[in-house]
Amino acid sequence: MLRACLRGANATARNNFGKTRLTNLQHCRHYTAGETSGGGAAKVVAAGLVTVGGGIGGTILYAKWDNKFRAAVENNVPYSDWLLGLALGPPSPKSGLPIKKQEYKDCHEHQDTSVTAAVHPDTESPTATEPLKERPVEEVAAILAQQDQEEQDIATCSLEESLTSSAKATLQAIGAQEAALQAITRHTLKLKEAMEAEVPPQEKSAQWKDLEAALADRTGAVNDAETALSKANEALDSLKSVIDKSKGLKVSAVRPLVLAAEENLHNMVVDLDKVVTKVHSAESEAKIVSQYSELVNEAKQQFQREVSSLTPEIQANWKGLTGKLSSDDLNALIAHAHRRIDQLNRELAEQRVREQIHIDAALEQQKLEDQKALEKAVSTALQHIKEEARLEQERKLSELREVMEAEMRTQLRRQAAAHTDHVRDVLKVQEQELRVDAEQVLSSKMLEQETRYRQLSQEQLDNFTLDMNTAYARLKGMEEAIDSHVVAEEEARKAHQLWLSVEALNYTLKTANADIPTVPLEGAAQAVRDSCHDSDFALALSSALPEESLHRGVYSEASLRARFNSLRSLARRVALIDESHNSLYQYFLSYLQAALLFEEKQEAPPAQLCSEDLDPFKLLSYASYCLEHGDLELAAKLVNQLRGEARRVVEDWLTEARLTLETRQVVSLLSAYANAVGLGTTQAP
Amino acid sequence: MSEKELGKKWDRCLADSAIKLGTGLGLGIVFSVLFFKRHTWPISFGSGVGLGMAYANCQNDLRSHYLQKIAASE
Repeated sequence: MLRACLRGANATARNNFGKTRLTNLQHCRHYTAGETSGGGAAKVVAAGLVTVGGGIGGTILYAKWDNKFRAAVENNVPYSDWLLGLALGPPSPKSGLPIKKQEYKDCHEHQDTSVTAAVHPDTESPTATEPLKERPVEEVAAILAQQDQEEQDIATCSLEESLTSSAKATLQAIGAQEAALQAITRHTLKLKEAMEAEVPPQEKSAQWKDLEAALADRTGAVNDAETALSKANEALDSLKSVIDKSKGLKVSAVRPLVLAAEENLHNMVVDLDKVVTKVHSAESEAKIVSQYSELVNEAKQQFQREVSSLTPEIQANWKGLTGKLSSDDLNALIAHAHRRIDQLNRELAEQRVREQIHIDAALEQQKLEDQKALEKAVSTALQHIKEEARLEQERKLSELREVMEAEMRTQLRRQAAAHTDHVRDVLKVQEQELRVDAEQVLSSKMLEQETRYRQLSQEQLDNFTLDMNTAYARLKGMEEAIDSHVVAEEEARKAHQLWLSVEALNYTLKTANADIPTVPLEGAAQAVRDSCHDSDFALALSSALPEESLHRGVYSEASLRARFNSLRSLARRVALIDESHNSLYQYFLSYLQAALLFEEKQEAPPAQLCSEDLDPFKLLSYASYCLEHGDLELAAKLVNQLRGEARRVVEDWLTEARLTLETRQVVSLLSAYANAVGLGTTQAP
Repeated sequence: MSEKELGKKWDRCLADSAIKLGTGLGLGIVFSVLFFKRHTWPISFGSGVGLGMAYANCQNDLRSHYLQKIAASE
């Protein structure tokens, strides 16, 4: 459908493309201009749309057919469930879960019916159909006990109710029956009296009235008795049913009640029956009496009829008959009576004749009746006896049960006592054992704890000692470090001081200006000496400073150089003069030599001097060179090689040079030493 | 200053020689004038004596260092 729609849409689109070509020139331009390319693009777009639409439609159709595929698509493609729901409706439940639900529902229904059916507490086992967990035993017992209790209560209540009601009814019935009996007896008595008594007519009528009243009473009483009896029977039946039901409950506690109820029932039944029998006997007697009275009445009626037939004018009722009869009537009556007597005598004779037969028959009847009655009585008696026996049995049973129960209880008590004794003994023994064990465990644990405690305390102590020791050691270390630091600082300070003093000394060397010696080094040397009390080396060095330098100071190299330059010419002039050659003439010659000899102003001295180099001129040039190059020492050495007068001439210079050199050497040594000491005291970062 | 010694010596020497020469000359002149009837020989003699004395002094002075002095050697 979608595909068709899409195709239709595409077709209409294409048609629209084609239709609007002529109508809208503006758009036509677009179409005419880009129609070919537009057509190609439209074709591509259309093809794409068709493919997509086809894919979607196919997916939907297949999802409709196969739910698994649908589920897979819904799981994997987002929003597909929405689309599929839109297209196909909600997914049909073909999964396994609803089946279970159905089963569960059926199960539940079954369970409900079974639960309603089985109300009996014993079959209230919850494992049968309910999928719930089993109730624990205590619960079940509790429930059972509760149910028993409830039922017992219900039973007792019902029993009591029914007992009371039946008792009431029975009593009522009995009362009614007694009343009926009494009424009947009264009635019969009255009847008998009425029959036999020769009383005056007013009283007779009163008697008859009484009789009627008594009859009414009797009937009423009998009816009442009957109703009461029926009620009582109903009540008794209900009681019986209740008793049966209670018997059916199988609850032991109800049994004595049931028994008692049964006994009561039996008694009631018995009483009722007795009373009923009494009533029946009374009734039968009454019947006899009534029959007799009826017969009498009949006879009287007959007689009355005869009398009336004889004497129709006398409206004879029994009452009127006694007082209002005339003599004729009386005679007639007497005659009738005689006739009647004759008749009766004849009947009597006949009766006497047939007495035996009648008696036999009557006897038979009576026998039958007696038998019936007997049977009935027997049956009732049997029933009663049976009932009694059963009750007795049940009583005996219950008694026996009680006895047995009592005995069992005693036995159980004994057993329980024995058991308790045994248990006590066992418990005692166990207690002993457990105590021993516990004490052992306790002692071991205590020991363990003790040892652990001791260990821990020892550990603690050790740790503490260790910590203290370490702390002490650290403290010591720190103290030592501090001390060493202090010492080092002291050393450093001293070294610094030394260095400073040495630097001062060094500086003092520089204070020499041209031709002016340095300041006396005494102060600086003293400072140096002061700053190096403990250093023998430095002390030695500082004491090695030449006195002259200390007191007078030394000349600088520059001044020495300058001096030498001036010395040189002099030395040249007296080059020939020595111990042996020192006349004036030699002087003159020497002067002449100096004037005429030209040597290098400066010549680099060789590493080793040979004998040729000992020529003063050469020496002087070497020394000059050395001086020019700052090597005072070598110059001094070279100058030291001068002999004779030249030597004498440069003696002072030499000493000065030596002094300077010495001082410089000492100072440099001191400086080196101070530097070394300073470096030594410098702490590496 | 040992280097100045020579100078000093020469100074002395010159001074001395000047003096000696002068004195000798003077004496010579004097003697020549006085005693030796203005002959030049006392002047030259005197100056010669003076010069000689100066020379000797100078020389002595110059070589005085090299002389072994008895007091020093003892």
